[in-house]
Amino acid sequence: MHSEVRDTLSIVTEEDSVRVRQVTREKAVEAGFNLVAQTKFVTAASELARNTLKWGGGGTVRFEAVDASRGRGLRLVFEDHGPGIPDVELALTDGFSTSSGLGMGLGGAKRLVDEFDIESRVGVGTKVSITMWR
Amino acid sequence: MSKGSSQRIAEALDKFQQEIVDDWIKEQFAATSARRDLMNEARLAEQSREFLATFRTAAQSYNFTDIEATEWSKPRALLGEISRSRAEQGYTPAETATFVFSLKQPLFTIMRRLSGKDYEALAEDVWTITVVLDKLGLYTTEVYQKTREAVIKRQQEELTELSTPVVKLWEGVLLVPLIGTLDSARTGHVMSALLEQIAQTGSAFAILDITGVPSVDTQTAQHLLKTVAATRLMGADCIISGVRPVIAQTIVTLGLTLDVITKSSIADALAEAIKRLGYTIARS
Repeated sequence: MHSEVRDTLSIVTEEDSVRVRQVTREKAVEAGFNLVAQTKFVTAASELARNTLKWGGGGTVRFEAVDASRGRGLRLVFEDHGPGIPDVELALTDGFSTSSGLGMGLGGAKRLVDEFDIESRVGVGTKVSITMWR
Repeated sequence: MSKGSSQRIAEALDKFQQEIVDDWIKEQFAATSARRDLMNEARLAEQSREFLATFRTAAQSYNFTDIEATEWSKPRALLGEISRSRAEQGYTPAETATFVFSLKQPLFTIMRRLSGKDYEALAEDVWTITVVLDKLGLYTTEVYQKTREAVIKRQQEELTELSTPVVKLWEGVLLVPLIGTLDSARTGHVMSALLEQIAQTGSAFAILDITGVPSVDTQTAQHLLKTVAATRLMGADCIISGVRPVIAQTIVTLGLTLDVITKSSIADALAEAIKRLGYTIARS
């Protein structure tokens, strides 16, 4: 599998997450996704950008074009150096929230995309990558 | 910075003020950054003269390093005013900063003439002038930036209000066409505008139309649900319309349930509201 970094954005303010949504939409259109895939991917990116900002205390997102035997796709890697998630399984459970949110964000994002990968270490940070194939 | 240099410059400013200002104005007109479309020559000449007068007064303090000091408050105030007005008129930051930076040339010219062959003194003078003018130039950029930020902020606020109208669609039916991203600020606006209208008109139904909302994620959904809950507390009911097929799919995949009547178009939502109000529509 081959991947190529296309763009990196920082997520520090609320406006940055709006920008992440816009750029994700652009890249999804460029990648040739249909409207449903575009919308799902943008929505997942929106959830993760918010998590990066709210729980990770800000971070970055990397846009990658991926090329594999199964075809071409788009990958977004969200990274923060926040407190990390002690129990990833629990965080992925629908309805689990440590705030007043709905608690559907992380699990929802996972269901919206083709591939979902999360690595988190307490005190080090969290890295979430999502991939959508064309 | 020896006192010698500061003193030399202060005296030169005192003695050759007229010459410097004439030279400076000529310099600014010659520069490509001169915006004859935005400012006439008389206005620019007046600004230059005014600034050099305050600059000269401040220079008498022999302090060329700390422009935050009180003796520099007048030149700073004047520059701030100039930067603000230029930012609003549409100058670029470079064009705005050039006002100050272009003063270097005329000052250098004078100092070179006065120095005779004392190159060490000249180098010192040039450095002193550079330090103070660079600081003042950066200050204009800072003010420029702040002015632009204020403009953007004002526009953002206007945009938020503009994009959340509450329209009376029928007796007892209100419509809120939501456009753009539903963030907390906008939800706050929508909610207060809607609740106020419900109280005023005694409407029984509010249609929240999300045709113009590009994507619905968990936060957007939560904001919608909060608005619905508040509407219900006012004794009215909500209908969400404009749920496009892709949005419907996304909401289901996210695992969200919108516990509210939803319709695909405003027309359907209005028909539903009218029906529930007890009216029947008949073709005559």
